[in-house]
Amino acid sequence: MFEILSKRILNPTVTLMEISAPLAAKKAEPGQFVILRVNENGERIPLTVADFDRQRGSVTIIFQIVGATTSQLNRKNAGEFIEDFAGPLGTPSRLEGMSKVAVVGGGVGCAIAFPLAKKLYRLGTEVHTITGFRNKELVILEQEFADVSHKLRIMTDDGSYGEKGLVTDALRTLIESGEKYDEVIAIGPLIMMKFVAALTREFGIKTTVSMNPIMVDGTGMCGCCRLTVGGKTRFACVDGPDFDGHSVDFDEALSRLGEYKEFENKQREADCNLYKGV
Amino acid sequence: MPNMSNSKNPMPSQPPQTRNKNFSEVALGFSAETALNEAERCLNCKNKPCVSGCPVGIDIPAFIEKIKAQDFSSAYDVIAQSSSLPAVCGRVCPQETQCEQYCVRGIKGEAVAIGRLERFAADFRREHPVPLSEVRPNGIKIAVVGAGPAGLTCAGELAKNGYSVTVFEALHKAGGVLVYGIPEFRLPKSIVEEEINNLRELGVDIMTNTIVGKTVTIDELFEDGYQSVFIGSGAGLPNFLGILGENSKGVYSANEYLTRINLMKAYDELSDTPIYRAKSAAIVGGGNVAMDAARCAKRLGAENVYIVYRRSETEMPARNEEIEHAKEEGIIFKTLCNPVKINADESGRATSMVCCEMELGEPDASSRRRPKEKPDSLFTLETDCIIMAVGTSPNPLISLTTEGLKTNKHGCIIADENGLTTHKNVYAGGDAVTGAATVILAMGAGKTAAAEIMKNFN
Repeated sequence: MFEILSKRILNPTVTLMEISAPLAAKKAEPGQFVILRVNENGERIPLTVADFDRQRGSVTIIFQIVGATTSQLNRKNAGEFIEDFAGPLGTPSRLEGMSKVAVVGGGVGCAIAFPLAKKLYRLGTEVHTITGFRNKELVILEQEFADVSHKLRIMTDDGSYGEKGLVTDALRTLIESGEKYDEVIAIGPLIMMKFVAALTREFGIKTTVSMNPIMVDGTGMCGCCRLTVGGKTRFACVDGPDFDGHSVDFDEALSRLGEYKEFENKQREADCNLYKGV
Repeated sequence: MPNMSNSKNPMPSQPPQTRNKNFSEVALGFSAETALNEAERCLNCKNKPCVSGCPVGIDIPAFIEKIKAQDFSSAYDVIAQSSSLPAVCGRVCPQETQCEQYCVRGIKGEAVAIGRLERFAADFRREHPVPLSEVRPNGIKIAVVGAGPAGLTCAGELAKNGYSVTVFEALHKAGGVLVYGIPEFRLPKSIVEEEINNLRELGVDIMTNTIVGKTVTIDELFEDGYQSVFIGSGAGLPNFLGILGENSKGVYSANEYLTRINLMKAYDELSDTPIYRAKSAAIVGGGNVAMDAARCAKRLGAENVYIVYRRSETEMPARNEEIEHAKEEGIIFKTLCNPVKINADESGRATSMVCCEMELGEPDASSRRRPKEKPDSLFTLETDCIIMAVGTSPNPLISLTTEGLKTNKHGCIIADENGLTTHKNVYAGGDAVTGAATVILAMGAGKTAAAEIMKNFN
């Protein structure tokens, strides 16, 4: 059992939790993930490491409430326990040796982008961060990003906060204004990463994306997280989750992410009191 | 007077058309009366040919003599001297190619049903538990990586001799292939749990959720005071065929399909883990894993379940018993048939698999006749779920993070016949060394390595 040390609601659908997991905390690096189960009948789900504190022995996760498992997790409070928490898994992001990087985060993907921006900033890299959300209510980690970015552009779909537009609009403006990036790191919904990669391909800028497919074990055992990269099948859990954005088959990844849509909808309804007529 | 019947007592089982709709155990086990009758078939040969066929060297005639004497609990004790998991082996060992193959009674008729008797003794002991005798701890810390058959056996042997053993397991549950791979209807998980609890009572500490190679490395285990390490991490990486459409929705590795069903209990309403319930499932492969996946698909409600295998039934690596059980349950065998590509609909979900017919040529390196394509024999099999059961390879997580631990070109850890690897004080055994094999061979390797480890401290 793993104790929830603290909990913070970041927006109506996104929650931060700091979990006591000394072994995982000792090894965690930006770009890696953990697999957790909330309770005995729970599903194993992967969540990216949002932060870690080796002294405190804790790993921070940030999750969006999208299905039954994340709803159950969200109902837990500080001082309570979750059943299983294993990690760190996956290969850490390679961030060394770059002078200027654009970090692009979309929605809850910002949670994964943040530790990368933080590490890059500490390494002395010039960090330009672009974050995108549907509206003002959903904006997360603004101050955190501001602290580790030389430039920060916040985009909202409806213009209710920051600038109106998509993250690709801001990225295009920055590139066209003459910013020379060694690399663009894009983390967010698949569709966002697909369009960021399409844009940077135009300009020939190396682009890394962080894939978050469905997983079971997270150690290379099940092959559920497989995706096509440069025409080859790769496992996101051991070969990634970071991949060259210009080589990933995003359409296939989008399709595979929908494997259990029906089941997820049913579980969410079963989990929600509104549907039970309570 | 020995029982001179030429046939084994049949195993009472659930009827095929009942069991293919539930996940309860298929084989129901011998009654005491049947066990006695079967035990009487054993001639108690002086030279014990059966023992030579047992990878862990159980004194088979001795335990059968105890059954004859109706001292069922002592029968278990005889088995337990050599095997850490009697209830498991009595169920999943391929006895027909091991102990029973060498049984003298097999010359003129059927061998003594050694496996069924082993299971009987183990089940009797479970229902009539006996307190464990005290072991004096010697304070020597040994780390075991992987809580599967190899690791658990090694841990059990060491703990019985007073060693302080910690088993590190990557998943949230101990048991390895016994919990994620072999289905409930062949090996009830409550039995595995019981065997693992017995190890815990012996003092074995099992740390789940700990991925050696990620959470902790082998070198760090030595820094933590462990004096030897045994690696029994299995062969968990699934192979795929590399055919077109293999990443469509509805295409699983057998590992994923079985893990969702067995470890995560996706067949149970209470489980939050989803599984695709196929109308028509095709399992590619001819081993025990393929049979397990096929029988699971049937139980999840698939109308048609096919085994698609490129050689003929004679070459199938699965146990005869598994093949027979699958057929009785309505699994359709498409042998001499090889997948070429998978078709999917607009949403990316698999709809059918194109296969070609095969014929057998000259024997190949595996001494089985090599299959080759028949010209112009392509046909389309309607299926919305395809499960690839075409073998597994060892996981590189440990070898990649342990300097000095060498692997061969298949990724298998190199170890000598006693389990010693190329790294000082690191031993390995089971599928991690041999590639995918059987539960009992892994147990044999765990036992051998445990004996070798103990030699260093005597």
